[in-house]
Amino acid sequence: MASKGDWVLLRSVVLRPGERAPQVPEDTARVPMMKWVKGWLTQDAQVGETARVRTLTGRAEEGELLTANPSYSHGFGDFVPALQQARESILAAFREGGPGDGR
Amino acid sequence: MGADSYLQVMARRGDIMKSAVGLDYSRFERGGCAFDYEAMMAACGMGLDEVAQVLRGFGVGDTPLAELKNVTALARRYAAPGFGARILVKDEACNPSGSFKARRAALSVHMAKKLGYPGVITATSGNYGAAVASCCAKAGLRCIVVQECYDSRGVGQPEIVEKARKCEAFGAEVVQLSVGPELFYVFLRLLEETGYFNASLYTPYAVLGVETLGQELVAQCRARFGKDPDLVVATNAGGGNLTGTARGMEKAGCGAPLAAASVDLRGLHMASDGQFNRKSFTTGHTGFGMPFTTWPDRSDVPRSAARPLRYMDRYVTLSQGEVFYVTEMLAVLEGMERGPAGNTSLAAAFCLARELPEDALLVVQETEYTGAGKHQNAQLSFARRSGVEVSVGDPAGEEPGKRIVLPEHPGQIRARDVDLGRLRASLIRNALAGRKDRPGEAEIAFLMEETRADAGFVRKTIDDMLEGHHEPQ
Repeated sequence: MASKGDWVLLRSVVLRPGERAPQVPEDTARVPMMKWVKGWLTQDAQVGETARVRTLTGRAEEGELLTANPSYSHGFGDFVPALQQARESILAAFREGGPGDGR
Repeated sequence: MGADSYLQVMARRGDIMKSAVGLDYSRFERGGCAFDYEAMMAACGMGLDEVAQVLRGFGVGDTPLAELKNVTALARRYAAPGFGARILVKDEACNPSGSFKARRAALSVHMAKKLGYPGVITATSGNYGAAVASCCAKAGLRCIVVQECYDSRGVGQPEIVEKARKCEAFGAEVVQLSVGPELFYVFLRLLEETGYFNASLYTPYAVLGVETLGQELVAQCRARFGKDPDLVVATNAGGGNLTGTARGMEKAGCGAPLAAASVDLRGLHMASDGQFNRKSFTTGHTGFGMPFTTWPDRSDVPRSAARPLRYMDRYVTLSQGEVFYVTEMLAVLEGMERGPAGNTSLAAAFCLARELPEDALLVVQETEYTGAGKHQNAQLSFARRSGVEVSVGDPAGEEPGKRIVLPEHPGQIRARDVDLGRLRASLIRNALAGRKDRPGEAEIAFLMEETRADAGFVRKTIDDMLEGHHEPQ
């Protein structure tokens, strides 16, 4: 349950599959175009239900309530061995020369 | 859907745009495919010094020109004796929003404020959104950034998610969408709803702002080295970066050649829901670079101020793996974490430097901020999770969407030339699409300016095109 005044994330459908632009590729035409917006809830609502918000610029938006207090979760990802190898090969070429080195 | 269906809103685009950019484009039209580009560029009525002054008011510009001595030394290992130009980079990440896009945003936001708009909207998934948001914060204007961010499953490209975070950090409202060109439809409806200014990347204001970058880099080379650059390399996507830089260099009286560089994403469809998260670059790639070079007016304004084919002397592509590799090079040899997309030009420079003598100056004209989501580790980790193979080997084996190959050693980095003749012919065909009549002299002259080709080339391309039209099959 999210309360009026909570900062939330909504999701809504902008265009259903049959309404999409004529030029989109087939895999895109098959799915709806979705929209995600954040704002302050204008009345209490449950996650998964239709809710209304007032956005930062004062606009009204309606959509399915996805999360209250949405946060960022992007980071640097998992360790990528190829990047560690890249670092070492660059330093080796700089310090000692190596394959393809014309000098 | 009433009056707001996709096609109905698209049909009103001309009127919506006219009130949202404060510029009547029809007065620059000269009949057929021709229009008066220079008259359009002069329509803001501002000289470059005045533009630089406006940018300074936003804390934008006057970025350092850093000499990459270790990268230069490494490039020289792969060059013939006496070859290997000095590589310099304009550290545009030092702008308040972390990229050169601040230059593109500042003048638009200034104009929006001057013309009395209550806020600014921009449609971009890139650094430009953060730039507009940053300038709006300073100008005290409301701001909405519309992004293509997720695939239909709701999986977000981490670089775009990071840019949304940055826009929100500057107080902007971010409207995020799933994949598709109908972003433009949402954008138009928001313009109608709010009456905000359209801070398009493609207005004269946007490109005029970038002219300061070209002017600055020439002035810095002259002050520090007593001469002009011998080659300038620009990452190319929508074309405004290259166009503005070239025009600024010209205004500074510098005739140095300009090379464009893009990441090769051949084979991936930019509007495909399924392929959206299988690319590791969201800008600086051929998916924008090729169509915008050969058809500049596909942008969100009637006539784009970004017309890169008028200014590029050469166009090269690099693989995703090569650009990631050079991004690592910048970090471990120069102690600078930047990019990755903005380092496409640096990867090109690493190769092109070998063709120039040691005393030549090669300027890479941008860097961009990096961090969570944007960093090459974040991108490659995400690529692997999206089913793309990441390996070390010969970068020629890379296949966009399927396999990213980081080079085994720096000698494997190869800038591949794009045939400019093909791009020129393609621009002419796009400009005359659907026409069956022979264009007049004014149109031919316009197409010569658009492509930097001679009359013979333009006429031959038109002849081939018209013959194609008249073939019975």
